[in-house]
Amino acid sequence: MADVTITVDGKKLTAPAGALLIDVCRKAGIEIPAFCYYPGLSLQAACRMCVVRQEKVPKLQTACTTTVAEGQVFITDSPEITQARKATIELLLGNHPLDCPVCDAGGECELQDMTFKYGAGESLYAEAKQHREEQQWSPAVFYDRPRCILCYRCIRMCGEGMDVWALGVQNRGASAVIAPNGGDRLDCEQCGMCIDVCPVGALTSGSYRYKTRPWEMNHVSTVCTHCADGCKVTLGVRQSNDGSAIVRADNRDKSGINGDFLCAKGRFGFDFVENPERLSKPLVRNAAGKLEPATWEHALRVAAARLKEVRDSRGGSAIGVIGSNVTTNEENYLLQKFARAVLQTNNIDHERTTDYSAFAHALAGHTGRSASLREIAAAPAILLIGGNPTEEHPLLAWELRTNVRLNRARLYIANTAEIKLERQAKAVLRLSANGYTHLPAYLGGSDAAIANTAFREALLAEESLVVIFGQEYRGAPVEELVQWGVNRPNVRFAFLGDLANSRGAADMGLLPSLLPGYVPVTTPGAFAAEYSGMPTAPGKTHPEMLAAAANGQLGALFIVGANPVSSLRSDPAQLKGTFVIVQDIFLTETAALADVVFPAASLYEKTGTITNTYGDVQLVKKGADRAGTKPDFEILVRLAGAMGVDVKALVPFGKTGMTADLGQSRGAQAGEADRHAVWLAARGLEPKLSPFDPLAALDEIERLVPAYKLDRPNLFGGNDATTDPGFVPVSALSGPDLVTPTHNGLFTSGTLGYYSDSLKDLQRHQTPARAETAAD
Amino acid sequence: MPKLVSHPDEVKIVTRRFGQGAANIDKYIELGGYDSAKKCLAQGPDWIINEMKASNLRGRGGAGFPTGMKWSFVPKQSPKAKYVLVNGDESEPGTCKDHLIFLHDPHAVIEGTIIAGLAIGSKLGFIYLRGEYRYLLEIMEKAVADAYAKGFLGKNIFGSDTEFQIITQSGAGAYEVGEESALMESLEGKRGVPRIKPPFPAVVGLYGGPTVINNAETIATVPHVIAMGGEAYAAVGSPRNGGTRLFGVSGHVERPGVYELPMGYNLKKIVYDVAGGVRGGRKLKAVVPGGSSTPVLLPEEIESLGMDFDQVGKAGSMLGSGGVVVIDDQTCIVEFALRTISFYQHESCGWCIPCREGTDWLKKSLTRFHAGFGTAKDIDNIQYLAENMMGRTFCPLGDAAAMPTLGFVKKFRKEFEDHLNGKLCPFAKHTELAVV
Repeated sequence: MADVTITVDGKKLTAPAGALLIDVCRKAGIEIPAFCYYPGLSLQAACRMCVVRQEKVPKLQTACTTTVAEGQVFITDSPEITQARKATIELLLGNHPLDCPVCDAGGECELQDMTFKYGAGESLYAEAKQHREEQQWSPAVFYDRPRCILCYRCIRMCGEGMDVWALGVQNRGASAVIAPNGGDRLDCEQCGMCIDVCPVGALTSGSYRYKTRPWEMNHVSTVCTHCADGCKVTLGVRQSNDGSAIVRADNRDKSGINGDFLCAKGRFGFDFVENPERLSKPLVRNAAGKLEPATWEHALRVAAARLKEVRDSRGGSAIGVIGSNVTTNEENYLLQKFARAVLQTNNIDHERTTDYSAFAHALAGHTGRSASLREIAAAPAILLIGGNPTEEHPLLAWELRTNVRLNRARLYIANTAEIKLERQAKAVLRLSANGYTHLPAYLGGSDAAIANTAFREALLAEESLVVIFGQEYRGAPVEELVQWGVNRPNVRFAFLGDLANSRGAADMGLLPSLLPGYVPVTTPGAFAAEYSGMPTAPGKTHPEMLAAAANGQLGALFIVGANPVSSLRSDPAQLKGTFVIVQDIFLTETAALADVVFPAASLYEKTGTITNTYGDVQLVKKGADRAGTKPDFEILVRLAGAMGVDVKALVPFGKTGMTADLGQSRGAQAGEADRHAVWLAARGLEPKLSPFDPLAALDEIERLVPAYKLDRPNLFGGNDATTDPGFVPVSALSGPDLVTPTHNGLFTSGTLGYYSDSLKDLQRHQTPARAETAAD
Repeated sequence: MPKLVSHPDEVKIVTRRFGQGAANIDKYIELGGYDSAKKCLAQGPDWIINEMKASNLRGRGGAGFPTGMKWSFVPKQSPKAKYVLVNGDESEPGTCKDHLIFLHDPHAVIEGTIIAGLAIGSKLGFIYLRGEYRYLLEIMEKAVADAYAKGFLGKNIFGSDTEFQIITQSGAGAYEVGEESALMESLEGKRGVPRIKPPFPAVVGLYGGPTVINNAETIATVPHVIAMGGEAYAAVGSPRNGGTRLFGVSGHVERPGVYELPMGYNLKKIVYDVAGGVRGGRKLKAVVPGGSSTPVLLPEEIESLGMDFDQVGKAGSMLGSGGVVVIDDQTCIVEFALRTISFYQHESCGWCIPCREGTDWLKKSLTRFHAGFGTAKDIDNIQYLAENMMGRTFCPLGDAAAMPTLGFVKKFRKEFEDHLNGKLCPFAKHTELAVV
């Protein structure tokens, strides 16, 4: 729209015709208060806080519904307007309980802020306030009616934003209340978005309520550890007896790729870190065959000695290493480097959830064909093939819904089953059981297997297209699908994976045949110079490692944050003859069989970067601290050190890179500066550059991994930096049959979900409701 | 059927067929019914709208917007279907005119709806009756069925190739739904809360289509305007206020009832002559001129007041829905205010803060005040509350509650003060609180 010029408080402002006055003013730094207005949601004009005076208009106008036109003149600050706003607050405070000293929202309350600004300090009413008992709608959501100011943000967020429509208004007038549709029980996705948008303390979180005051927490914005979408999450962290505890996770910092959004797992599923079963001491199997607590030094010595012994006596091929889907890129990079350069083995793998190597292989040499999440959020047309984002990729589902709702994006869906996002779809192509394999040919113009020309024609008429495809694709069909797209202009791709850093695990080369950046081990290129003694023959996959262990071919197995005994349903006896070292946060089925167990820090307790399934790299910041645990990065470095390795060759600290210590080293953070300094001094190192600083590894990643040309100022500013697998010059397929998607849903998250009471409560709460719905 | 009242000054246009069994379609036709619709079908939309403009007919719901102009705002071409909506959600206390129309002359509503449909090029009309008018809904439904049977409604009305259908609908009992956009929400099956304007119904109305929404009395007047001719109708009333108005006179008068009088008729004559004066020879204390939301007028203010939109507006009140409520000198104004505000408190939809909270606190304050527990500051507070609701609410309901309250406090402050200091209500027989 053409720009118009308006005058606000004597200032000339230029804005597109038809823009909302409230947005125009806020953008220009003119404060317009509002309770009900929420960008991106439908307009209410209900709170009457945003009233302004428009020249030649008799009544005060609401800025949230006034669209700007040429020559308009507004006053937003005058005694009349201040009085109107003050009167509104007086009315609200008439019934609002002044329980601010105990209210969750105290200190983060928009009503408090507005009262602070506009006064209304005197109570005009002698009558008692209306009281209603608090209600619990679900394990996650509580409703305190007297505090509610009826701004309807929750209803709109739930309906328009989430497409769940679980909330409505009951009664009318002063008796009006927000209520779950159809009763006193919230049957929904339990995303907690209603709590997030509540301007007061009317909707409170089951896991946070009455726990602390907002100003007693440190707010650390990091990345969620659950699914592969990579939402930015703000952890509210408070000092506790054994470190610092997470008391809340929310979306206070809305600058991330998730914008307003956060799902149930991100919001409530952080409590696994506080689970009493959390490992907090290294364990070593004693002479009697029992795991018993040990010092770090002892455990490291035992593990290092055995690894060294096996390597030196039987060679690197007798050692297996299995990595994790939820450790950082730096840790993954270091782990594979440790395996290849120190243990001299290519027996390194992880539990693959998606065939990212096939994706990289298909995109090799085609730059600009990978779609970041931000690109998906703004794409005018999207083809979603397979998957069920509503359950497995809640952020992607949010972005698609929002894009359709606010930008009129066109969503095309091809799926074998009906998925909820079809409510937003422009067209749906229902596929038969093996339809996914026929799709590339169909898109290419063949009607042999799929007969629906209308869908294809609509799709091909799009000038640009983002194709998002699910884990149904692996191996050669990925190649075929991508091939169809790269032959057309303006087609980009995204591939859906499962866990927080599944993409990073593959990108960082936790694969027996591929180095970081999907470079085949047979042609190591630049890596050969850095990785002395690296074997160049592909190693064993993780099922092969377990099979080798069963045959007595494996002397040692080093497992970081993985649980192959459970995921492969292995017979525990298979590992009897193998020395097993496990780094994990819980005593998993695999850890229980280990000879040495290192208690690891979770993703919320470390610093580094992770890569979401769209290839967006984000900074993970240390939020909480759990006494006794160490980040995997530190454990690896110390293990290497205990093996007598030149740590400086493994972690190139002090050579290149940034000098800042981001808190990964335990020094300043945990009050162990002395110990840290001694350790550094003994090795003649600069105190500011720690071997435990993962950023040293990030430097090397940037140098050696072609796709990771990161926009550092953006990354360290707390934003996402995109990677482009198209930069990979060569690549190869790597075991597509090994891909086992976890299909974690809204309330499941593998091992982490198992140890999260909040998620289990939500799962229990929703299960009967879902069953009833299915029976209808 | 209630007894019909009458007075020689009445000009019977809309009430012409009342009491003659015109709910029966044959009787209605016999009395000239549906001739106007046929004429309109022949003359076309421009002619209809010109006649309506010439008639100076202004909306009878209360706002008094010129009907012809409202119809002319509807775009001629529209990709979405256009609708005619009859607002029969007659809920303003003191108002009882549409009720009689539905009862005595349902076909006039149907005929008026057809004409409105022809004027704007709509094929579908809705007649929406308030929830409490269930018994009238049966009459309306029968009338609609009869009109269909005669071929006056349907695919080919009056044998032409023009289509017009009518659907009757009952509300669920909410005053708020009398507000046009809330009525549309209700009709669409949603919660009856008002919509943001603009867009106005003429552009985006029911189901997003251009919509003309008129009060039932306005619609029932339309066939008569067509029959008489717009100018002849206009000549009956006062300048810029065409025709007659159904005044529902209630309260402390000898002959309460609905009277059809020319626009501009003197209010004092309505009270003392048409309605027979104040009941039992008592003295007049005040008059509410147009339904409970209009500010009260003192006896000296009605002396030469002509009842049309412009004159009543100039007198600081509103003609509103034509519900004249007469208050005698034995009435406690504080209690009257309490009763009035109780209604609005009960009916506030709760959408916006000033109305939802304001009506509630006004009611609470007035309840306590009338019970003798008020303080001098309360009087100011009540006025302050009402002043801060005025013009600040989402829809006119807040104003409807605030306006009369301001009138009561300003014009009868002395009576409020007489309730102070623990004194009993000066109108002792009223001390028992109304159940509100």
